[in-house]
Amino acid sequence: MLPKHLRRLEAESIEIMRDVVAEFKRPVMLYSIGKDSSVMLHIAIKAFYPAKLPFPLLHVDTTWKFREMICFRDATARRLGLNLIVHVNKEGIARGINPIASGSALHTQVMKTDALKQALDLHGFDAAFGGARRDEEKSRAKERILSFRSAGHVWDPRNQRPELWSLFNTRICQGETMRVFAMSNWTELEVWEYIMLEKIPVVPLYFAKQRPIVRRNGAMIMVDDERLPLNGDETPEMRMIRFRTLGCYPLSGAIESDATTIEDIVAEMQTTTVSERQGRLIDTDEAASMEKKKREGYF
Amino acid sequence: MFTNPATELVPVRTKDQLRFITCGSVDDGKSTLIGRLLHDSKMIYQDQLTALERDSIKHGSTGNDIDFALLVDGLEAEREQGITIDVAYRFFTTPRRSFMVADTPGHEQYTRNMATGASHAQLAIILIDARKGVMVQTRRHSFICSLLGIRHVVLAVNKIDLVAYDKERFDRIARDYLAFAAGLSFTSIVPIPISARYGDNVVDRSVHANWYHGPCLLEHLESIDIQSGTASQAFRFPVQWVNRPNPDFRGYAGSVASGRISTGDEIVVAASGRTTRVKRIVTHDGDLVAAEAGDAVTITLEDETDISRGDILSRPDDRPKVADQLAAYVIWMDKEPLAPGRNYVLRIGAQTISGSITTIRHRIDVNTCEHLAAGTLSLNEIAFCDVVTATPAVFDPYDLNRKTGSFIIIDRYTNRTVGAGMIAFPLRRATNIARQALSVDRRERAALKNQKPCVIWFTGLSGAGKSTIANLVDQNLSAMSRHTMLLDGDNLRHGLNADLGFSETDRVENIRRVGEVAKLMADSGLIVICSFISPTRAERDSVRSLVGKEEFIEVFVDTPLEECARRDPKGLYSKVKSGKIKNFSGIDSCYEAPTTPEVHLRTMEQTLEHSAEAVVDVLMARSILDG
Repeated sequence: MLPKHLRRLEAESIEIMRDVVAEFKRPVMLYSIGKDSSVMLHIAIKAFYPAKLPFPLLHVDTTWKFREMICFRDATARRLGLNLIVHVNKEGIARGINPIASGSALHTQVMKTDALKQALDLHGFDAAFGGARRDEEKSRAKERILSFRSAGHVWDPRNQRPELWSLFNTRICQGETMRVFAMSNWTELEVWEYIMLEKIPVVPLYFAKQRPIVRRNGAMIMVDDERLPLNGDETPEMRMIRFRTLGCYPLSGAIESDATTIEDIVAEMQTTTVSERQGRLIDTDEAASMEKKKREGYF
Repeated sequence: MFTNPATELVPVRTKDQLRFITCGSVDDGKSTLIGRLLHDSKMIYQDQLTALERDSIKHGSTGNDIDFALLVDGLEAEREQGITIDVAYRFFTTPRRSFMVADTPGHEQYTRNMATGASHAQLAIILIDARKGVMVQTRRHSFICSLLGIRHVVLAVNKIDLVAYDKERFDRIARDYLAFAAGLSFTSIVPIPISARYGDNVVDRSVHANWYHGPCLLEHLESIDIQSGTASQAFRFPVQWVNRPNPDFRGYAGSVASGRISTGDEIVVAASGRTTRVKRIVTHDGDLVAAEAGDAVTITLEDETDISRGDILSRPDDRPKVADQLAAYVIWMDKEPLAPGRNYVLRIGAQTISGSITTIRHRIDVNTCEHLAAGTLSLNEIAFCDVVTATPAVFDPYDLNRKTGSFIIIDRYTNRTVGAGMIAFPLRRATNIARQALSVDRRERAALKNQKPCVIWFTGLSGAGKSTIANLVDQNLSAMSRHTMLLDGDNLRHGLNADLGFSETDRVENIRRVGEVAKLMADSGLIVICSFISPTRAERDSVRSLVGKEEFIEVFVDTPLEECARRDPKGLYSKVKSGKIKNFSGIDSCYEAPTTPEVHLRTMEQTLEHSAEAVVDVLMARSILDG
């Protein structure tokens, strides 16, 4: 039996998911392959059991994810018999957008934010579950559980609906959509405790292993494939590393760690002194960068 | 197949969660206190601290010290203005408890946000500036917390360092507060002298205020018994979603709002009164023998019963209330004021019902708790009201059950959440007046008249030609031997609506009454012709939903304002010009033209006679005159 605090969080997430499925016409779950997505998917399966998931999963693929992530994604979809939609912004590919030459900001805008909007419009989804948590970042702390987006996916922090009790206002007009953060009240530690106790498989990149890295701007970047150009003086070195968050590999900083098991990770979490977003190169541009990205439609 | 590498299990301590709210005004040091709690309980990571030091120099208001408030003030705009303008949720964990903090702004204009934060909280920390003592805002915060059902309060007397750790002053503030709070519904109030800026009595005991022997703030938060007791209350299970994966399984998914249920127990569906027994309590982790408050489960029943989203399961001997009239406290949250009588969407648990606030019994001044008379409610105002719903609602008083006793009010047109309510009790009238089933139905009445009943609703500016065209239509139909009735705005204002003026509220009531009368007449088989300016879309649409959209024909008499003013058949426009009339539609009061009327008459392009014929043509096309 789960400890009380995890049981409460799980039940709260289930309640939100059921409400959204009952009220919206075409919900979808944004699946980013990371630990939060793994937990969200696990909870969704519980919420609708014995029925199958009443919505498809959507992965917005920037084509720069770690190879192990894609492998894990496909294995998970097969194992659970999921209806998985993979969307790539073909226009972005045609224009040659990539995180190295185009820079992290443009790459994120075109291959993640724009791609997500394309996919939502293409399939006519009116509600999209996302695994974001309020403890991740300051501007997330004020995010609603049902985050309202006007037509064109615009997020206006001043035009969000008050959320009292667990009574959600699910009414929207044509063209408007809702992002649903069913795991808003989880913390990173609780996510790991839950993964451990529920034995939820996660991408092996979360576990420490000797991996080839180069150091850039104070971050350790894993050389995941031959697309990462090496400067003249750079030679990949093998380090015992793991990742706390996963994204596009050239933008994800690793941490040095000996945590090779899930229990090691939970133990490490309890003593760590840096936040999980520290390894994300896309957040450090300026203090309010997350808020800016969200206004433009980032998840 | 991926499996996680595992060693021996790290014990995850079972701990409970405390959700609390912090209340204080701009300068009381609320954000600083939360920042301090996070920092001292080691929840601030190194990189966040580095960012904080950087931000403190840019935005900070504490000189060279770290400004802890910057840890929690999230959005760019607020940081620049130095105030918190929304509800932020922060999390921290100690070995004994995990905490969720709702950080909300304290100024009067943010009552809305405070109520939102309080609706999620079991405890409130009410901050007081030791230099100022109990202030108007302290009373406001306490009243809102009490109203929203919070029963435990910490009175944090902050900035105790600025009054030289004066015991006398602390004691006096605590005394003042306890005297005031005696009138509220708190069960525990613990005053603690603190300095958020320097950390005294927050996590670590103050060395300066050594006269204080009570608990530190964190110690108190970790140990207070907040057993909500919801598991021992009456069983309530609001059905959220019907789980029907195949013809052999029909389960009702939901979270137990209160109480406890076991397989084999007898239950009743509150709204229909049908009883049956619990067959299985299904979860992905296996069937359960029993489920209690907070558990998200799927229940199957012994008998096939017609249950849908919004129904509430309870025990037959302890049922929730079922009524279509109730009294409730309402907090208004929208810039556009409440229009009594207007039709809103109410969400009560998983029920979505049409309803309106018919009467404001009294408004409550949040600063003094005084009762005041009110005809409407503006943003951040709170009142005790009568609420009427279109179909019976199932609920409990909020005092007994926060989950089944609360509701939100949604505007039908903007879809904004415009208000929130806490139910006090059902109104007796609803329980005593049951609907009388009639034996002759409306179809039969209409058949006698050889026609289909309908409501033809003329709307348009004063002087647009509504009454003239309506009269012509009436004459045409009469000539065709149809039974009609003409309701005219001016005429009704001499009788049925003689008590109403032209304020927003009275106009809503005017149209509501006309709508009800028109419906009764249509029920008796008549073709009802109505001629009313009816300037707001909301009111016209309420009549449309009352009458039924198949039988409602909206006719927009479209005449430009300048032309109406030129015609001025009743001399009203000249009175408006000279200032003798106020709230005149199209001039100083808004007229919302219909967007998709069934008939659109442009009177500048056709004669009144042609307009009337156009209306009759539409009636024929809709086979209303066929009989």
